[in-house]
Amino acid sequence: MTTDAQSEHPAHEVHPQGGHDDQHHWTDMQYIQLALALAVITALEVALSYTKDDFGSFFLPLLLIMMAVKFFAVVFYFMHLKFDNRLFGMLFYTGLFLAIGVYCAALLTFHFFSP
Amino acid sequence: MADVTIHAADAPAGDDAPDHAVHHTTTGLSNNKLAMWLFLGSECLLFGGLISTYMLYRGRHSENLGPDQVWDIPFTSVSSFILLMSSLTMVLAVSAARRRDDRNTTVWLCVTALLGACFVAGQVYEFTTFYREGLGFTTSLFSSSFYTLTGFHGVHVSVGIVILLSVVGMIVRGRAPSDKAELIEIVGLYWHFVDIVWILIFTLVYLIPA
Repeated sequence: MTTDAQSEHPAHEVHPQGGHDDQHHWTDMQYIQLALALAVITALEVALSYTKDDFGSFFLPLLLIMMAVKFFAVVFYFMHLKFDNRLFGMLFYTGLFLAIGVYCAALLTFHFFSP
Repeated sequence: MADVTIHAADAPAGDDAPDHAVHHTTTGLSNNKLAMWLFLGSECLLFGGLISTYMLYRGRHSENLGPDQVWDIPFTSVSSFILLMSSLTMVLAVSAARRRDDRNTTVWLCVTALLGACFVAGQVYEFTTFYREGLGFTTSLFSSSFYTLTGFHGVHVSVGIVILLSVVGMIVRGRAPSDKAELIEIVGLYWHFVDIVWILIFTLVYLIPA
């Protein structure tokens, strides 16, 4: 299958206007390491859900932090957004923040914050 | 593979242009990639609405058919692991496509489609089990919002599998466009998006107690 020796050669250097900065492309081994790290975090999340009573009020923040780490690790590195043109990120984050706004609006509509 | 440097002034045109050629567009970016990111931004809104609805209705169920009674966390964890690993195989396909390694590109795309199919099969099994336990689509607001959210996600994964297999077919028949790496990268963006949506669903729906 794929070898690291192959993937360590930078494929192409492209003008930044092209939207790519291929110097930042990871090697296959780096992608595998990240995937393993994400798998470990998933295992920790599941373990945490079984021991939620031991963590008390820290349970929810810990779970949400681990979820956010996984989410942005995939977005930044697997989707390459960290190294790609900023316009792509703007389009995606606009949708993401609007979605969070939709959630807050829905909570307000249903008087979620009312005593 | 030799390094190739391409600048706007001397970028070749036509079918012989190398992968990631500079795009002669208003923004200087690939319009196809721009369109995919715009689509993914709009998809955030779709899933934002569905997740919001579920979070609001998750407590609206009968006493014996709520999340705590029906969830099978070990099974769903394995499904999540499978989908996470499919993101890895997808990124390896993109990496192989950048090296113009058609054989490995095809293999990794097929593995990604296979892992996606395993995930969808797991979801069908899970839905069937819930239904047999008495949790139908109209049983409660909780069940309606749950099936709608996870069902929409399952449809997205299924569409992704069809796209992956279509790309494999194009490569095998030699009908893929000259900028194959960009095509596979765009398909990869869609696939990774499906994965990040599941990352949210797995934590918010399955792991946080109702």
